[in-house]
Amino acid sequence: MNLILKNGRIIDPSQNIDRIADLIIEDGNVSGIVDAGTGVGDVVRDCTGLVVAPGLIDIHVHLREPGFEYKEDIESGTRAAAAGGFTAVCCMPNTNPSIDTAAVVRQIIERAEQVGSARVYPIGGLTRNMAGDQLSEIADLISAGACAISDDAFPIQNAETMRRGMEYCAQFGVTLMTHNEDQALTHGGAMNEGYNSTVMGVPGIPRVSEDIAVARNIMLAKLTGSKLHLLHISTAGTVELLRRAKADGIMVTGESGPHYWALTDDATQGYNTNAKMNPPLRTPEDNEAIIAGLKDGTIDCIATDHAPHAPYEKEQEFDRAPFGILGLETCFPMTYMRLVQTGVLTLNEAINKMSCIPAKILGLPGGTLAPGSVADVTVLDLNKTWTVAPNNINSKSKNTPFMGWEMVGGAAFTVVGGRIFTPD
Amino acid sequence: MKDLLGLQQTDISDIRRILETASNFKEILARPVKKVPTLRGRSMITLFYESSTRTRTSFELAAKIMSAEAINIAVAQSSISKGESLKDTLRTLQSLTADCVVIRHPSSGAAEMAAEYADIPIINAGDGRHEHPTQGLLDILTIWQHKVVGREDETYPGVINPNRPFDLTGLTVAIIGDLAHSRVARSNVWGLTKLGAKVRWCGPKTLVPVECERLPITLTHSLEEAMTGADVVMVLRLQLERQEKGLLPSLREYCKIWGVTPKSLQVAKPDVLVMHPGPMNRGIEISADVADGVGGIRAAIEDQVTNGVAVRMACLYLLMGGGSGDDE
Repeated sequence: MNLILKNGRIIDPSQNIDRIADLIIEDGNVSGIVDAGTGVGDVVRDCTGLVVAPGLIDIHVHLREPGFEYKEDIESGTRAAAAGGFTAVCCMPNTNPSIDTAAVVRQIIERAEQVGSARVYPIGGLTRNMAGDQLSEIADLISAGACAISDDAFPIQNAETMRRGMEYCAQFGVTLMTHNEDQALTHGGAMNEGYNSTVMGVPGIPRVSEDIAVARNIMLAKLTGSKLHLLHISTAGTVELLRRAKADGIMVTGESGPHYWALTDDATQGYNTNAKMNPPLRTPEDNEAIIAGLKDGTIDCIATDHAPHAPYEKEQEFDRAPFGILGLETCFPMTYMRLVQTGVLTLNEAINKMSCIPAKILGLPGGTLAPGSVADVTVLDLNKTWTVAPNNINSKSKNTPFMGWEMVGGAAFTVVGGRIFTPD
Repeated sequence: MKDLLGLQQTDISDIRRILETASNFKEILARPVKKVPTLRGRSMITLFYESSTRTRTSFELAAKIMSAEAINIAVAQSSISKGESLKDTLRTLQSLTADCVVIRHPSSGAAEMAAEYADIPIINAGDGRHEHPTQGLLDILTIWQHKVVGREDETYPGVINPNRPFDLTGLTVAIIGDLAHSRVARSNVWGLTKLGAKVRWCGPKTLVPVECERLPITLTHSLEEAMTGADVVMVLRLQLERQEKGLLPSLREYCKIWGVTPKSLQVAKPDVLVMHPGPMNRGIEISADVADGVGGIRAAIEDQVTNGVAVRMACLYLLMGGGSGDDE
């Protein structure tokens, strides 16, 4: 069976393609790109006026299954992913049980194959139970299908443990994704340390707590030769450290998400727990540094840190409410509105940072429309306008600081391995 | 005004209205029989998640003087200790037909959150490090009575310039101590500066919150600088565990550098007024001589406590609709 995406503007940064053409998909793989109007197939989708791009990939997502299905599960999380234009997500290991054994990796992959609307690549936990001491059976995790290793949500504090973890990962060539936080400096903190935290009387998380951990992890990556990926960059300091590390030839990459360039800690005013995440929203200066880092390529890719929490968990005292916000469904429009329409990135660069580069960082299938590659495709409608509201969020949870915002841009539909997913 | 959550968000007109009402109520406190029927049939619930003697007792007394029912919830013995959320607790108290909830909570923002989930008035009796508005108001009333009215006449109606009641222009208030953890210091900054006073903050750098220079204050780490020419010195309580948390080398050194003593007061105005929100650590942040007003030092610490009752009566009266005239 073949599928033709007809007359769309095909943008594939991996092949430097940007033209109106037909994309031909055969048996779940891309078979080629032909002149507009010439493609013939069993199923034809007219993409006139739409952008046809390699499927967007979010390498930083919390799907909450197993263990926290009341927040999100693989079914709802991948539905949110598809609605946001993502054809693949990498899910973080802080589940219950955590993703620290091959069995859990396999369970997630199987479940995603049964109920998923997007591909799911589990990320293994660096330490057992994510407790920060004994290493997980990393070789086993990788052979079961883990796409990377991470300490997200439970950052390794002991430098020796991190060194050994990196060494162990390095020998398998697997990327280690780190949440960068020196918790001695953040203990009890609930928001960025600054004027807002002073006025609100909320214990602060200083920016240096991220910078110091980033500096340590970069130095350990240099020492061990590990592939390091910096999760959710929130500070100007991290951007500068990453820039310098790249100039020094250290194997390190980094990501940031829309809230870190579109919002500041002003959003927490009124004790808005839907603006509470870790690392926290920072300052305009950090926004600018992150935007500059995205523009000059210091920050390699865009990822959401999609972190669902149930309403009753967020409806708590600010310091007690859990960290984390949704991201999958607002990421593309926020990128389009705040980076593309403002001229920071071209649309091609944005697609590169949301698809081709994430695939390259973790060596995932997709991220390209080259013949023979998996037919993971995102069809984007740049004229789509919509308002973020509880009833049009596909995630089980509703914790987004963008509630009520007008969005421009979104997915018309996605194709995963040749199968079409159309948002409701 | 539905709630009293903090002086940052309270209009200056509402601040003046509370102070004026409190000034008038002070007369009731001077009577031999302290009881008026104003809030008969109303009920106030105090919901304290932190221990407190003076604030809770002050609210309770204020309610009882005005004939309102005062019900205290001891959090440790309630369903809250079984894990009930603040939201559910507030909804329950509202369904029990309480007319007002006075809340103290260790989390900053808890009072604002309570107000969001309840339709009945919420009074913030201290939320984390954020605000303690009735303390700020009683401090302002005390300063006004001592420094502007110029006499301790408890029947004084509390208005000098009818166009600008409670104007504190020209006064300098130095707040000394653990500013980082102090809700009292924050409420006072907003209240005092709205009424025209100048505020100085002074404390060790480890106990000063970041970027506080952006508040309407002058910051110094030198006690002498803070004291020089001050009309009022407000001394904050030093929590003894600050030393254990590594924020101070020793209480001894704190006392030596930032302790308020007769000697350190010498550079202030001769008629400087010393205040403390209590409870005091004598011999640490404030010397016993200063606390007791020995040697002509003017300390208003007991007046603060009395004014606290009047201010809380005013808040309950204004928020529980005592002024609407529909109660008799």
